[in-house]
Parts: sequence; C-alpha cells; structure tokens
Amino acid sequence: MTRWTFMVTHRSEIWSATLDHIALVLIAMSIAIVIAVPLGMIIVQHPALRTFSLGLASVFQTIPSLALFGFLIPIPFIGGIGPRTAIVALVLYALLPILRNTYVGLTSIDPAVLEAAEAMGMTNTQILTRVRLPLALGIILAGIRTATVITIGVATIAAAIGAGGLGTFIFRGVAMVSDAVILAGAIPAALLAILADVFLALIERRLRVL
Amino acid sequence: MVLLGRSGSGKTTLLRLINRMLAPSNGQVVVEGKSTVDWDAIRLRRHIGYVIQEAGLFPHFTVAENVGLVPKLEKWDSARIAERTDELLRVVGLDAKEFAQRRPAQLSGGQRQRVGVARALGADPSILLMDEPFGALDPVTRSELQHEFSELARRLGKTIVFVTHDLREALLLASRIVLLQNGRIVASARPQEFLRVDHPEVKAFGATLHTVSGALA
Repeated sequence: MTRWTFMVTHRSEIWSATLDHIALVLIAMSIAIVIAVPLGMIIVQHPALRTFSLGLASVFQTIPSLALFGFLIPIPFIGGIGPRTAIVALVLYALLPILRNTYVGLTSIDPAVLEAAEAMGMTNTQILTRVRLPLALGIILAGIRTATVITIGVATIAAAIGAGGLGTFIFRGVAMVSDAVILAGAIPAALLAILADVFLALIERRLRVL
Repeated sequence: MVLLGRSGSGKTTLLRLINRMLAPSNGQVVVEGKSTVDWDAIRLRRHIGYVIQEAGLFPHFTVAENVGLVPKLEKWDSARIAERTDELLRVVGLDAKEFAQRRPAQLSGGQRQRVGVARALGADPSILLMDEPFGALDPVTRSELQHEFSELARRLGKTIVFVTHDLREALLLASRIVLLQNGRIVASARPQEFLRVDHPEVKAFGATLHTVSGALA
C-alpha cells in the first residue's frame, strides 16, 4: 500500500475526523473568544487584574500541550477522557493571543482621539463601543487568527485523550510506524490551518477600519 | 481670552478644569453660575466645545460623522444632523460635497484642524476651549487659519478660551491675554497693553518677538 492509497481508501473516515476536528476547534475558539475579549476590555480599566490574567494565560501557554491534556484528566467535572477535556485545554491555549491582542488593541489608540472622545462628552461605555472597540478590531482579529491556527495544531494532540479528530490518524500512524497513516491526519490538519489563516486574514482586512 | 505661558505653566490644566476633565482639589470653577462639580460632567462637556492640537479626529469616522458626533450623542434626528454638518463645514470653509464623506487620513493638517473646529461647534456650545489648535501646522497654514479663525470668532460671539505658547498668536487673537507661570496668573491685560506690563515673564515673552538673523550662514 503506498502512501496515498491509504488516504483514498479511508477518505470517508478522514472526512469525518476532519469534521470532528473542525467542531473541536470551533467550540474551543467560541468559548475562548467569549472569555478573552470581554476580559481584555475589563483589564484595560483594572491594572491589578491585568497582570494576574495576562500572567495566568501565559502560564497555560508554557505548559506542553500533551502535559496539559494529562493534567486535566483527573480534575472532576472538566476532566475525564473525551472531547470535553480536550476543549477545556484548547480554550486555555487560545486565551493568551486573544486576551493580549484585545488589551493591546484597546490601549494602543492615539491618546488625542481618546482625549477628544472624553471632551466631546462621550460616556465611558460610548468611548469603549464607538471608539476603542472599532479601532481595536483589526488587532483583536489578528489575535483570534493566531489562536485559531494554534488551536488547529494543538487539537491533533487531543486524540491522545480520546477526543477524536485528525490526531487519531497521527497517533495511530506513529504506533504503526506508518507514514501513510500519519500523513492522513497531518495533511488535512495543515490544510485546515492554512485555510483558516487565509480566511481570517480576509475578514481582518475587510473589517480593519484604516 | 488667550492663556499664554511656557510648557508646564498650567495652561492645559486650567483648560481641563473648565470642562471637568479635571476636578479642582481646591476652590471651584464656575461655569454659567454653577460650580463644575455640581454639573453632570457629560452634560457639561457636550455644552462646551473642545479643540486640540492635531485635532484628535476619529479616524474610523468620516468628516461628516466627526462633525455630527455631539448632535448624534444628543439624539438629534438624522436630517437635522446632516443639515447642521453641512452648515458647520461651510462655517469653517470646507466644501461639504467634497469633504463630508472623506476620512481624516485623506485630509491635510489644516483641513483636519478645520474639521476639529467644526466638530467642537457641533451642538452650538456657548463656550469653546482650544488647546494649541494650530500648534502642529506649518507656519503658512497656521497663519491662514489664525486670520480666518479670528474672523470666525468675531462672528460666533462665543466665549473662547484659547491656550498657546506663541505670543504672536496671542496678540492676534486675544481680547485679553492671561499669562501663566508655574500655575499662577502673573499678568492679565488687553493685547494692546500686554507688552507694557512690568513683569519678568512678560519681558521674556516679549523678547520672542525680536528675531535675530544671520546666525546660520
């Protein structure tokens, strides 16, 4: 069996693993965005919370992904074997790029613009929603893009704790010492990452205001 | 009225006390018979126009949206805002057809500053605060805007507090020049009499009017 015939003969299995993979990434990214973007807005106003949350998010990033999956398994409610644990780990990984870019985007705005906004009699909420957020949108999206690409890669490791996805082939291939099987997981994962990157870059360009 | 002084003399601080971007730690600032701390800060600021150096226009808004901002915050209906925006652009000498839909990045420094003035006049405030509005412009544009603005100020009949460190600008625009030094008023006079005030800081500013030529061959 050559390298490529495996992919052809197992195409429906690969396709369903790809869909599982996309589902893992989409769920994890949605949760990470819902946590990190508002948190980024909050830490603009609260310096104490800023150091803590950016620090904590950085710590998650430094834990090797396989170890993080392992650590989570024994924890009650979020742990165990399966996609739920994997999603928790993926969320923890995706937090930092989104959180940091949200914070940087919101704080790197021309001070003269913010001074004018305040002097025009805009309330803090209006300054946030009509000035800071629109101007930070491009940078926030760049963070989401980085996080998505990372998550697609890390999600392959989620197969190690029984979460399914394209990593299943990679781990199976490693066990079987078969390039063909490894590539059946690795190539679709790489393509997904590239497609996501290009697609999000397009959105970013459309929404960037300047 | 023009507030004159060196950097750090307290001109901008004084200006920001008027629209309560700062609250006084001592004493009180009275606007229209009411202390600024008794005003609702948001109401007060929409009631007072504010122009700063480099204009601080919102880069993601068009010129029209910038100028119509305060009326929009005040929930005017859109027809009235459009009408007001056109009118204000005319007041500051910009053709509404040509400029209304541009973004600030597509304007020259002088045009941006005109839009800044138009925006400050948005909801017809009775007071206008200006913090070195022409400071970042090239000398020729600055001089044009100063002369136009002096005309405009006469027509508007509003209370204008104008901060500068340029004595020429002060002499050209002021009905009264107030000189600040280290946070204190050291002189206050009409422009015709200002240079005769006997104070070392007045003399120091007076000296800036004399040009020395030929130092660079």
